[in-house]
Amino acid sequence: MFKRFMQLRLRDLVILAVILFSLPAFLDNPFHYELATQMAIIAATVVGLNLLVGYAGQVSLGHAGFFGLGAYFSAIMTGSYGWSALPALLVGAILVGVIAWIVGRPILRLKGHYLSMATLAVGFIIAIIINNETGLTGGPDGIPVAPFDLFGWELSPFGSYSLLGVELSGSQAWYLFSALVLLLAVWLAQNLIDSQIGRALRSVHGSEVAARVVGVNTAKYKSLVFVISAIYASVMGSLYAHFQGFITPAVAGFDFSIVLITMVVLGGMGSTMGVILGAVVLKLLPQLLADFQELEAVMFGLILMLTMIFMPKGLLPTLQRSIGRRLKKKAEGQA
Amino acid sequence: MFAEFLQYLFTGITIGATYALIALGFTLIYNASHVINFAQGEFLMIGGMATVSFMAMGMPMLLAIILAVVLAGILGILLQRLAIAPAKQADVVTLIIITIGASIFIRGLAQLVWGKDYHAMPNFSTDEPIRVFGAVLNSQSLWVLGIGAVLVVALVLFFTRTLIGKAILATSMNKDAARLVGIRTQMVLMLAFMVSALLGAIAGVVVAPITFTSYDIGIMLGLKGFVAAAIGGLGSGLGAVVGGLLLGIVEAMAAGYISSDYKDAVAFSMILVVLFFMPRGLFGAKVVERV
Repeated sequence: MFKRFMQLRLRDLVILAVILFSLPAFLDNPFHYELATQMAIIAATVVGLNLLVGYAGQVSLGHAGFFGLGAYFSAIMTGSYGWSALPALLVGAILVGVIAWIVGRPILRLKGHYLSMATLAVGFIIAIIINNETGLTGGPDGIPVAPFDLFGWELSPFGSYSLLGVELSGSQAWYLFSALVLLLAVWLAQNLIDSQIGRALRSVHGSEVAARVVGVNTAKYKSLVFVISAIYASVMGSLYAHFQGFITPAVAGFDFSIVLITMVVLGGMGSTMGVILGAVVLKLLPQLLADFQELEAVMFGLILMLTMIFMPKGLLPTLQRSIGRRLKKKAEGQA
Repeated sequence: MFAEFLQYLFTGITIGATYALIALGFTLIYNASHVINFAQGEFLMIGGMATVSFMAMGMPMLLAIILAVVLAGILGILLQRLAIAPAKQADVVTLIIITIGASIFIRGLAQLVWGKDYHAMPNFSTDEPIRVFGAVLNSQSLWVLGIGAVLVVALVLFFTRTLIGKAILATSMNKDAARLVGIRTQMVLMLAFMVSALLGAIAGVVVAPITFTSYDIGIMLGLKGFVAAAIGGLGSGLGAVVGGLLLGIVEAMAAGYISSDYKDAVAFSMILVVLFFMPRGLFGAKVVERV
């Protein structure tokens, strides 16, 4: 049983790595790389959010708030205070973790729509503060962000690098970096899911009361996963800020929170590979629909509705089930 | 000093009455189906925008309003029939995403038909403001309050005196039992969405002369309605009215005495404080969870 689990986990990770590292064969200009990098960073954020939504069954409609906090902390500390990118990212992540813990304790007692409401409120308050503290954050106009630097080594989308003798443009280097980050994010999430914490979380999802009856400290595990998913968002926010070189309060906004939760639900709650697919699809859709111009919003809304109506479990789980069923039928037919 | 306070109070009660109507729309749908309808704000938008454009075609105001409200009602029925009903076994979050998809879709259509501009709508009666103890009251505010009060009374009568209203209540209490005594629950769900859409559209029309109207006005108004409903306690009609008024007044006071930049932050902080002490809102029903 355990061996099978390990293999399953490894299988997903290997498939993801193969996809990520063969993707450059299909990317032929900096804009493609930029899109792919954004996808990887946001996918990693969603992997973190999925721990909370998909495994623990707790909905957050304000997760962009944590993403925005990380992004702005990095922007401000590296820009105005001369910090290096890595310490800014780490300290930002710790701070966001602490904030999430303080906020999470009381609001995670709430159930269902009340929890949605409370997380939505927290996200909104963060976005409003970022929007209005113009002296610190640059306000609605946004703020420029220094390139990411690692031990004196600067990673800029406009630079050029050589890795093991291969010449890389800045956007290619960023893509590889973000792909590694995504793999790491998935690996960490999978380890968490298969640990004692993960089992406790799934029991909370199944029935919180029953979990408590058998001795699971549900409050503790719920805040823990809330903090972890907030830290995921903060770290990815920091990276996103450095990659973009310029951020506006929209990174913390309600719309982005909705985008994040939609990626989770669309791709398939509780499936790490599914939510990555959700992030890719939702990020790609507007690009594909751009040709429709005025009809873009109408098409987007329609596709979102229809997908959720006909695949309420999400894209990947539905796909996997239908493929599984077909294979079974085939096997039966042969027998 | 007092005039200032009174001024903020008028503003707060007016916008609060609108929030209350939106919250009642949420409550109706929540009671009937346990869905939080994120497209609720779009009904307000349709109410205001359709009235403006019907009037631009030369229709008299009353006819334009009636047509706009009917249009929203049809939209409510379509939303339930085409988007909510087919997704029977969907998770609560999935249903939320479906209504979000619906709101993006409706907003997209509105933008297509009416463009992105802000539209002004004339007051129902005189443009002359009314002066009360040094504060200025827009005559439209009286319309908002009056129509809000009439609607609330009408809803109470609807739920206590009519068979259809009682059927909706019965369905919200226990769907299976309601079906057993012969209530067509699918019909009830459709009705709930329709009434909720009508309420939203009327709220959108009466408030449009004060706030102006545009294709995207529904997002924030819808959210505020959700906040008001949660403050009052989801599913409670009284809670929706109290929550709406409270939210409107607190917001107006915060904008007046603290800072208009932070008025929304005050509103969202208020919901956190309320939920901290009363996890089911002010009047929310206590629910025993079955394991």
